[in-house]
Amino acid sequence: MAIKIFRNFFRGIFSGLFRGKRDVKLGFYGPPNSGKTSLANRICKDFTGEEMGTVSKVPHETRNVQFKEKVEISYKGKKMTFKMVDTPGIATKIDYEDFLKYKVKKKDAKIRAKEATQGIVESIKWLDDMDVVVIVLDATENPYNQVNITIIGNLVARKIPILIVANKIDLKKSNIKQVESAFPEYDVVGISAKYGKNIEEFYESIFKLSKKI
Amino acid sequence: MIKKKRGKLGKIKGFSIQFLPFSEIRDLDSTGRIKKILNIVLGNNILILQGRLKAEEEARLIGDTMAMIGHVKGFKGIELAVISGNGNNPGSFFNKMRQNLANSLAKGDLGAVTIIGAATIVKDIKKNPKKIELLLNR
Repeated sequence: MAIKIFRNFFRGIFSGLFRGKRDVKLGFYGPPNSGKTSLANRICKDFTGEEMGTVSKVPHETRNVQFKEKVEISYKGKKMTFKMVDTPGIATKIDYEDFLKYKVKKKDAKIRAKEATQGIVESIKWLDDMDVVVIVLDATENPYNQVNITIIGNLVARKIPILIVANKIDLKKSNIKQVESAFPEYDVVGISAKYGKNIEEFYESIFKLSKKI
Repeated sequence: MIKKKRGKLGKIKGFSIQFLPFSEIRDLDSTGRIKKILNIVLGNNILILQGRLKAEEEARLIGDTMAMIGHVKGFKGIELAVISGNGNNPGSFFNKMRQNLANSLAKGDLGAVTIIGAATIVKDIKKNPKKIELLLNR
């Protein structure tokens, strides 16, 4: 009994010490083509000088979960180290014919569709393994998409802190207010990952959010 | 509302709308619930489910249907929408607590309605707080 108490006591001390040292797993989730990789690239470029993945106008460009270890983000003299996890966009349907509209060859479109379905399954599996999640939404699209609500519901059930990013605010059609009214319980930051607009506010929110874990 | 349908996915001449009361899935585990829903959806039906699935079950439904693409002929995934009586805003703390209590007594959120259809039948579900539009494939 006494041995057990001692063992639990020391385990508690050591896990507490190392919990503060490990990198924060920062996940990027959202529907396809919302700008998850663009935002991950922007952060990586700002703090490591390298990009994380390729971006494209064709949906489902990211079809595997991608990682970038030891990304040290500094903001107003504070520093935090993150393991960035960029995930494939989650959708409820995949049709290879949709890729043909982007002049992708039929054979390549079929391969892309197959890889995209596997990527979605992988994204969903990774939901269990995040510390903090940024949900990247396209501010020009309807935010009431069920995929967005399902992702948020899963993160809430797992008690993972969430930040909602309304991306593409450089576009005329963008509507941050609509995103805010769709998710009134969460912080929403409007940015343009492509041009770096309002990115400082994003970093501030990430620091605030990471304190919650 | 019921029209003649063909068994094979992809070439739809008609479809039927099937209502599933929550009592039919209340006592099933997640696997059983998803299996029941998929049986209905794969039979070219648009499912209107009283209540909603748990968030984990919704994610699993998406994952399972993704895994079926390429293995079930003509299947391209699903369209899914949940209409909740409270939208996404549960209101005050007291309202939220009252709602949680009611949901736990009923073993589900009976104030919600879930619509699920195969993507070969349902082209899109457009939703905003005031209305829901079901766009069908011709």
